[in-house]
Parts: sequence; structure tokens; C-alpha cells
Amino acid sequence: MNLLETVNLKRYFGDTRAVDDVNLTIADGEFISLVGPNGAGKTSLCNVVSGLLTSDSGKIIFKGHDVTHAAVTARVRAGIARSFQLVNLFDDLSAFDNVALAVFSREGKIRNMAALAHLDHDVIVEADNVLGQFGLAGKRNETARDLAQGERKLLDVALAYALRPKLLFLDEPTSGVSTRDKGQIMDTIASVVRGEGITAVIIEHDMDVVFKYSNRIVVMHQGAILAQGTPDAIRNNDQVAMILLGSSGPDAFTRKD
Amino acid sequence: MGSPATGASTWRLLVVTVIILTALAVLPRFVEIYQTQLLTYGLVFAIAALGFNLLLGYTGLLSFGHSAYFGAGAYAVAFIVRDLGVQSMELCILGGLAATILIAALFGFVCVRHTRIFFGILTLALSQVLWSLAFKFFWVTGGTDGIRVASAKLTLYGGLINFAGPGAFQRFVYAYYYYVLALFAVSTVIMWVIVHSPFGKALQAIRDNEVRARFVGISVQRYRWIAFMISGAFTGLAGILWVPLNGLTTPDILYWPFSGEIVFMSVLGGFRTFTGPIVGAVVFNYLKTYAVASTEYWQLLLGLVLVILVMALPTGIVGTVARMTSKLRGRI
Ligand SMILES: Nc1ncnc2c1ncn2[C@@H]1O[C@H](COP(=O)(O)OP(=O)(O)OP(=O)(O)O)[C@@H](O)[C@H]1O
Ligand SMILES: [Mg+2]
Repeated sequence: MNLLETVNLKRYFGDTRAVDDVNLTIADGEFISLVGPNGAGKTSLCNVVSGLLTSDSGKIIFKGHDVTHAAVTARVRAGIARSFQLVNLFDDLSAFDNVALAVFSREGKIRNMAALAHLDHDVIVEADNVLGQFGLAGKRNETARDLAQGERKLLDVALAYALRPKLLFLDEPTSGVSTRDKGQIMDTIASVVRGEGITAVIIEHDMDVVFKYSNRIVVMHQGAILAQGTPDAIRNNDQVAMILLGSSGPDAFTRKD
Repeated sequence: MGSPATGASTWRLLVVTVIILTALAVLPRFVEIYQTQLLTYGLVFAIAALGFNLLLGYTGLLSFGHSAYFGAGAYAVAFIVRDLGVQSMELCILGGLAATILIAALFGFVCVRHTRIFFGILTLALSQVLWSLAFKFFWVTGGTDGIRVASAKLTLYGGLINFAGPGAFQRFVYAYYYYVLALFAVSTVIMWVIVHSPFGKALQAIRDNEVRARFVGISVQRYRWIAFMISGAFTGLAGILWVPLNGLTTPDILYWPFSGEIVFMSVLGGFRTFTGPIVGAVVFNYLKTYAVASTEYWQLLLGLVLVILVMALPTGIVGTVARMTSKLRGRI
């Protein structure tokens, strides 16, 4: 069974077709890259599926259930999580508290007002564990606001991952991060996500990263899906090369430096 | 939460709390009766500000209408005593809390649909509705004269202590001081647990980033609503305790300037800290009392003092003291 299926999904902003009739199916365990030029509608698609934006028409089926009109929190509970293109954290809380919140939520303990959060051993271990996986153990007590950009980006991902979702959308997890750190962040994300058997959709501009990690690539253009397939198929797709790079040819995706 | 020194800092907190409570407990032996009365008022307002700050400091919602819950508690007690002939203060508290929570649930349901200035305006408007009711339905509420609640008619601790016979006033002042002190201590502990609970963390998450809070699975509006009711209940308890002390409840405590005073207490003490509103309420109470006593133009004097204090201590009294102690510690 498909994990996610969108049926004729649409979202317009005035005349802008941000999401235009998208039919996307995602199977369990896939690692998908969603690519496309600026303004292609990648973030909008992610926003509609995760519930940040409502759709104009179409359907979103998750694990066989229609979640088109479900609240964000209901989608989170069902197993859809996401990170954000622009870092979106609890800035006044520590890195640890940021992650612990997600852990409390996943374990159904977040409503508890009669117990002290800092004495919940299970949650502390789990939250520290997640921070460790993302290389943030040393920053646990730092306020999110005071972290470096790369660390904030990682914490944003860690926050979504700590929910142990079935389906994880990562919107440009390495944007604004130095090229040196990029590979490391992607390695971390890929190993963590694969290790947990999480189905992931990564929005990413760096085609080296895309080809390296994904087992399927979905190309968007002007709100619609232009092409999709294996990295090899996409690499050899001239139309995609035109759209993404403005040039075509067999070596369009190879670095020219 | 989760700092490595958690165990140690919890112990330190406990020790400091015990010292402060002990000091408060022995204080009446060393000061005149008027000072004990004054401090009782301070502790009552501290409970009110503590409740208010669950919304402002922890949930990020500035209520301009907390007089409504203080007043709801106060009027509920007055009705219970006058119309039901109840004497037990405990029954008054239970009845008063039920009434306050009901009103907070109703008003909160409307208000938490909005944030920022819209939230503030709505809370203000709803509190003015209660005020005008108390004002207009004078045959029920006594209008501007209010309702008298004679402390001599009340009993504490399920009837164990009453205030009949000679020396009743003095006995009431001291007995009631300890009564309020005990409830203040209990309220503070409960509030401390709430803000350090997972639920309390969720409120802070909502305060920091509402959108992300939803994306970790927090139902923002419901949590705000629950926080609103808790907040109202604490401020309501303060109103309940205030009535026997004051001996009278009037529409003033439902009127918006009193909401403003509650805001001020929290800001003065420091709304970013747990203890700030407590300290702010006690200090504000002294400032106001002495301002009223010293000049006819007390509003002007009080206003000036408050403006200067807030400008000099932008993080509030507690925030400033905390920064100074950490600086001193750094030097040692
Ligand atoms: N809230 C909004 N209001 C109006 N227009 C919007 C809004 N969000 C997105 N758009 C428009 O929808 C289109 C798709 O934007 P979207 O952010 O989804 O693209 P993207 O593929 O994520 O681009 P990028 O790679 O730059 O992040 C763009 O033309 C954008 O201007
Ligand atoms: Mg985008």
C-alpha cells in the first residue's frame, strides 16, 4: 500500500499555480528528492501535505485515510512530520527542551501538568539520544537562538525526527550551511532516517546531494510534476536538465569546476 | 529543565523556599498588626499575579482583563455568604473557584481564538461586561456600595477557628495571615509544578513559536484555553481571599484599572521569571499603600515611581537582581 497519495492536488495563489494538479504517490521506505527551480512549488506542496496550507482541491491520502482536511496536529499524530526551509524553532528554549517537547508529544505525555518535565528519565534519555545522533549533544543546554546556523538547521530536522514520523519532509535541510558542513549534515540525516526506516522526502537544490542519497527523484516545475524516476533516469533526462540548469547534454549535471 | 545541575539547583530552590516561608511565618511577631495586614494583601495580589503570568510570561498572551476573574471570585464569595448563609471559608473557596473557572472557561473560549492586541482587547471588553453588570444590577450586587462580608461571620479550617467574642479583629488578622500564607505557598508550588511540567513546556513552546508548536503535535488553541482557565482560577482564588480581608467587595475590582495593576505587578517584578510577579505584587502593594497615605495626588506619585522603576529595571526587579548576582558570582 502507498504511504502517501495525492490526487489532483491544487493550490493557487491568485494567478500563481503553486501546486497544480499534483498526483504523487510515495511508497513505504522511499528516500525521495523533490527538486525544481526556485518557485517551482516544492515548499507549497510540502505545506499542503503537512497541513500548513489548505488545498484548493484534490485529495491527500495518508496510510489509506483521507487527511485532506485534517488539522496539523492530527497529521502529526498520524505520522507526518516536517522541517522548515527557514529555521523554525522554539528560540527561547534550550536545544534539549526543543527536542524534549517533540519526545513528550510523541509519547503522549505532553498534556501532563502534574509531573516535572526534568525528572522524566525516559524522555531525557531519548531526547539526549536524538541530540547525539545529530551531533548536538554538546549544545544541549544552549538556547536555540544562540546556536550557529548549521546547528539550528540540524536542530530543526532533529525536532521533526524526534517525533519518529512515518513520513518526514525536509525542506532544504542544508540551505544556508557551508559546503563543508553540507555533506556531513546529509550523511547524518540519511543514516538516521534510513536506520529508522522512515520514509523521507527531501527538498534540495544541490544535485550532487540529490543523486547521491535519493532512490527516486521528483522534479517540479511551475507547480506540476515534470518528471520523476531513478537518479540515473533523471540524470539522462534532457528536459529536466533544461529546466534545472538551463542547459542540456549528457554532462549537464557533472560539475564544471 | 535538564541542566546537569538539576538535582543541586532543585535543592537550592527548596532551601531558599523554606527560608523565605519561615521568615514570612515568624514576621508577624516582630511587626505591628498593620504591617501583617498589609503583607496579607501583598500575598493575595501575589497569587493573582502568579495566575496572570501563566498567560503573559509562559503562554505569551497579555490579558488586560484579569480583574474579571479576581472580581468573579470576590463577588461569588459575597453572594455565597450573603445569600446562602455559608460561614465556612473553605466552602466559599470551593464555590468561588467553581464560579471563576466557569467564567474563565467561557471568556477564554472566545479570547484564545485571537492573539496579541486582539486577545488583549477582547479580555478587556469581556471584563468590562462583568463590571457593567455589577454596576447596573445594583439590587443584586449593591451597585457602587458593593456587598459587605463581615469577617466575624466566617470560620476557617472547617469551623475550627471562628471570630466571635472579644479581640476578634486581632485574632482574625493573624489567623487570616497564616491562612493566606498557606494558600499562597500551595498556589506557588502548584504553579511551579505546572510551568515545569510537560504541559508548561508546551505553553512556552506556543509562546515562542505557535506554528512549530502545532508541528510537534500541540493543539495550540486548546492548550491556550486550558492555560486561560488555570490562570483565571489562580486570580479568582486571590479575589476570593481578598474579600474577608477587605470586608467588602465593590465594582472597582472588576474595573479595568485593576486589570492594569495586575499587569503592572508582573512587569514590575519581571514577567520573564517565575518569582517576578510575586515580588512585583508585594512591592506594588507597598508602593500603592504608601503613595495613597502620603499625598492626595497619589496616582501621580505612584505613576511617576512606576515609570522610573520600569525604565531603570527593564527586566523587572527579579530579572535585575538575578543578573546582578550572576555578575557578582562571576567575579568571585
Ligand atoms: N504564501 C504565499 N502567497 C503567495 N504566493 C506564494 C505563497 N507561497 C508561495 N507562493 C508562490 O508560489 C510559488 C511556489 O513557491 P514555493 O515556495 O512553493 O516554491 P519552491 O519550489 O519551494 O521554491 P524555492 O526553491 O525558492 O524554495 C512561487 O511563485 C511563490 O511566489
Ligand atoms: Mg521552497
